[in-house]
Order: sequence, then structure tokens, then C-alpha cells
Amino acid sequence: MNKLFKMRYLILRRITQIGLLFLYFAGNAYGWNVLKGTLSASLLFDKIPLADPFAVLQMLSAGAMMGINVFIGAAIITLFYGIIGGRAFCSWVCPVNMVTDLANWMRRVLLLDKTERKVWVSRNARYWVLGLSLIISALTGLAAFELVSPITIFNRGIIFGMGMGGGVLLAIFLFDLFGVKNGWCGHICPLGGFYSLIGRFSLIRVRHNQPNCTLCMKCKDVCPETEVLFMIGKESTTVNMGECVNCARCIEVCDDDALGFSIRDFTTRKAKGEKQ
Amino acid sequence: MNERQEKVKSTKKPKVTERRRFLSIMAQSIGLSALGGIVWTGYVEEAKSAPLTLRPPGALAEDDFLRTCIKCGQCAEACPYDTLIMAKPGDRKPMGTPYFIPRDIPCYMCTDIPCVPVCPTGALDEDSVSSVVDGKKVLDINKSKMGLALVDHESCIAYWGIQCDACYRACPILGEAITIEFIRNERTGKHAKLVPIVHADHCTGCGLCEHACVTEKPAIFVLPREVAMGKPGDYYVKGWSEKDQERIKQRNLQELKTKTERSEKKPQDYLNMDEELFNE
Ligand code: SF4
Ligand code: SF4
Ligand code: SF4
Ligand code: SF4
Repeated sequence: MNKLFKMRYLILRRITQIGLLFLYFAGNAYGWNVLKGTLSASLLFDKIPLADPFAVLQMLSAGAMMGINVFIGAAIITLFYGIIGGRAFCSWVCPVNMVTDLANWMRRVLLLDKTERKVWVSRNARYWVLGLSLIISALTGLAAFELVSPITIFNRGIIFGMGMGGGVLLAIFLFDLFGVKNGWCGHICPLGGFYSLIGRFSLIRVRHNQPNCTLCMKCKDVCPETEVLFMIGKESTTVNMGECVNCARCIEVCDDDALGFSIRDFTTRKAKGEKQ
Repeated sequence: MNERQEKVKSTKKPKVTERRRFLSIMAQSIGLSALGGIVWTGYVEEAKSAPLTLRPPGALAEDDFLRTCIKCGQCAEACPYDTLIMAKPGDRKPMGTPYFIPRDIPCYMCTDIPCVPVCPTGALDEDSVSSVVDGKKVLDINKSKMGLALVDHESCIAYWGIQCDACYRACPILGEAITIEFIRNERTGKHAKLVPIVHADHCTGCGLCEHACVTEKPAIFVLPREVAMGKPGDYYVKGWSEKDQERIKQRNLQELKTKTERSEKKPQDYLNMDEELFNE
């Protein structure tokens, strides 16, 4: 039971990720009206439009003239993650996260982490990729990342059939397992970068309670974005960096109740160590 | 070099100032981005050039369609016949965009066109498949232009003289988009051939004819219009069509060039310029 409790958020996340995939799938296969479309753009309960704001941004930069519905959809999603969830899309919705988490877990089991060679991709690379997607979209007149995105390939693959999409996912899995730790999500994916930017000031945050911390560092071991936990054992504050995916793994693994969800701590927003 | 100098040198060398570091990381990032950008751009350009792709009804012109479609698949989900396919890796089509293969499943030209109004971006343009009746906009699938059917005279058995009108019967706008014409059968001398003829101004490109064609590989098939159609240019005007004659009036005669290097010469010179003919 304790073991299950230690994975409560992980289980919840898998339920939402797989549940959403299933709802999309059912929208196509059985005509359910809960969620129709794909992660790029969908219709919720046959009424509310949702759209991927990053896709819309790329299309704008490609020079597309679009209908009003996608803009409403993109605004709803932007506000949701911007105000509430931060980068929660990545750990609670994105299907690729299941692949990269699996790779991360196997790294720990195979002790690949301990033998890590020099990291050769900067965590900022994703912002370069983000900028690049917009530039290439403008140059070619096509939404550039959407054309290669493993996220939508996976998502559409479940809804409409995989084709050779499995190869793309396998490539990411191998890259994260043998290449760079947390390589895709933490270094390359521009959508992750995009959500880090819009989610910078969102409200739901992980909070560190310094007096409880025994410096066991289990949280840092398990965190996919280790840099955001710079305050562990040093000061009591919330994790305010946009890169945190709100996956809550750190909360679960902490045996000393030093971490938990909370509302953003505005007083220490300018705390040292945080990138501004 | 004495010891002291050596020491100064060795402590100096590995010291990279913050500014230096920043600049070199910047240069590295820009270089890598440029490299990635070139490869990526090449890929995108490549993906764009899949010219034989048939799009759903009401689709914008291919270039605009590609930039406007958000790849949500709502059109494919709305189609009751599962006509529309979302391009997967390996389909050799721009990834995630909807298309159809008439020989597998054609478009059945639903009168309520469920695939079009659901499109959230307007990549499928409702207006292009609507007409105005009594001041009201009504959906009109017959106006869609998904492609154009072409007949290969060599493999169509009707052109051999064997009776077949499978494509004609399958067409939802038979008699307009496709007609059967008599031509004389020169081989027997006493029979007629009844052959299918497609008319571009009515054909929607739904592919029901291609689907129905009896030959092993269809003798009638749909291609995107840009691929299937030629263009005579402005020079040729149909003398027998009053509407076409209008075009002459619109033309700017000042800009019309009828003189060429040869026509400037006298006819004798022109005809005797044989060297030039051989030299080519
Ligand atoms: S970083 Fe990208 S791939 Fe990873 S979870 Fe976030 S959106 Fe998905
Ligand atoms: S008109 Fe009907 S059959 Fe044709 S693509 Fe649209 S929904 Fe499918
Ligand atoms: S509904 Fe429109 S945007 Fe969505 S896939 Fe179809 S054409 Fe593209
Ligand atoms: S169905 Fe095929 S073979 Fe028959 S008339 Fe039409 S194009 Fe020719």
C-alpha cells in the first residue's frame, strides 16, 4: 500500500495520459463526443474548441489565414497552462512522456546514469529549436515542427493507426536511454520549451519545506529537470522555474515530507538562482 | 624562457573569461542551429512536394492548404465512409495531412458534406462548396474540385470496342461530369464504340469512377487539377464562344508582342536564312 502511495501521482498521470488517448481514439472509432480531433486541435464536448498554441504560432509564422475557432482554442489552452498548470502538459498529457519516462527508469535500473559521459547538448537547445521552428515555418510556408513532431505522430498514430510512426518513438527511446539523460524532453523538444515559457508564472507549484529535508537527494535523482530543484536543503520556497513539469515525482519519493504541491510563492520570486 | 615566465604563461592560457565563454557558446549554438536548420528546411521542402495528393472537398489550393491545415483529423473523423486518411510516416505525403485514395475508398459526395464545416482552421473552405439559393447559402458538393478524372484511351476497354460503362454509371453527376459518346469503330467498319468522356467543368474528382473501373489497374483515374490540366495561355481565343471573345477586349494591346527577330525581316530574307536553321 505504501508503495502505491509512493506512486500516487505517477498513477494519476498515467491515467490521464492514457485516458486522453483513449477519449481521442473513441472520438474517432466510436463517435464519442467528449474529445474529437487530436492534440493539435480538438473539440471538447462538441462545443469548446481547443488548439495547440505552438502549432498556431508556427502556422501564423508560415503565413496562414485561419478561421477564428483555432484562435479561441489556442487562447483557452494558453490561459490554462499559463495561469494554472505550467508545464503540466508535458507530464500529464503528452504521450511521448510515457516513452521518455520509461527510458529514464531503465537508465536508473541499468545504472546508466552513473556512467554518464559528458553532456553534449545544452538544456537551452530546446529554445534554439523553438526559434528555429518559427524561422523555418516562415521560410518554407509550412508549420515546421508539426511536420516532424513525434508528439502528434504518436497521438495520431493511436487515433488513426501507427504506420511507421513506431520507429520515431523507438528513436526517441534509444536517444534518451543511451544518448542524453532526459534528452528529448529536457533538451530538444520545442513544445516543452514553449510550455516552459508560457508556464513561467503559473500558480500550481511544488513547494520545498527546508526544515524537513534530510538531504537524501532522492528528489534530485528522480527529477527530469534537476536544475529546478536548486533550493533543496537550502531554503523553503516554491519551485518557480518554468522548466518544472509538475510531474510530482519529487513529492512522491520524498520520505520526509519536505515537498508538496502549493500555490506559487510570490515573495521569493526573485530569489537567487532563479533565471529571470 | 625562465621558470617564472613559463608559470605566467601556463596560468594564463586556460583562463577563459566569462565574456569569451558566452561568445563561444553563442557561436556554437548559432552554428549548430544553422546546420540543423538547413537539414530540417530540406526535409520540409521535400515533404511539400508530393504532387499527386488528393485533398478533401473544399480544400484550399495546395500551398495554402498545407500551411492552414493544423492536422487535427476532424475532417477524417467526420467522414462516414472512412474516405480520408491522415498521412503517417512512410506514406510519403506531408505528415498528418488528410488525403484519399479513390481506388480504395472514393469520396461519396455526401450532400451534407460533414467533413467540411468541422475544419477549425478553414483549410477546408465552406464557401467554395456552397451556392446561394434564394439568398441563402446552401452546401453544394457538386461544386467541389478535389481533382479531375482522366481516361487512358489505351487501356480503357470501351476504346477497344468492348462495351463498358462502369465509370459512367458510377458517377454521381453522370451526363454532366462524364458522358458516353459514339465513335466509329474503324476496325470492324460497321460498329460504334461507346466511350466515356470526362468534362472538367463538372467533374469533382470524387473518384467513384476510378473505384468502379473494371480494368485491373484503373483506366480512368483522378489526379489533382494542377497536375491533370494544361493551360493554353492568353494567346488562343475561342472564336466561337462569345464569352471567350470578351477576353480580347480586356487585353492590353500595347503590351502585346507579335514581332520576333525573324518576323522583322522581309519574307525573302527570312526564307533564305537557312544557315541559321542548320546551325541550331
Ligand atoms: S517536452 Fe515535449 S515530448 Fe516531452 S513531455 Fe513535454 S511536450 Fe511532450
Ligand atoms: S464528402 Fe462525404 S465521402 Fe466525401 S470526403 Fe467528405 S465526408 Fe467523406
Ligand atoms: S479538419 Fe481541417 S485542419 Fe483538421 S485535418 Fe482536416 S483539413 Fe486539416
Ligand atoms: S470503367 Fe474503366 S474500362 Fe470501363 S469505360 Fe470506364 S474507364 Fe473505360
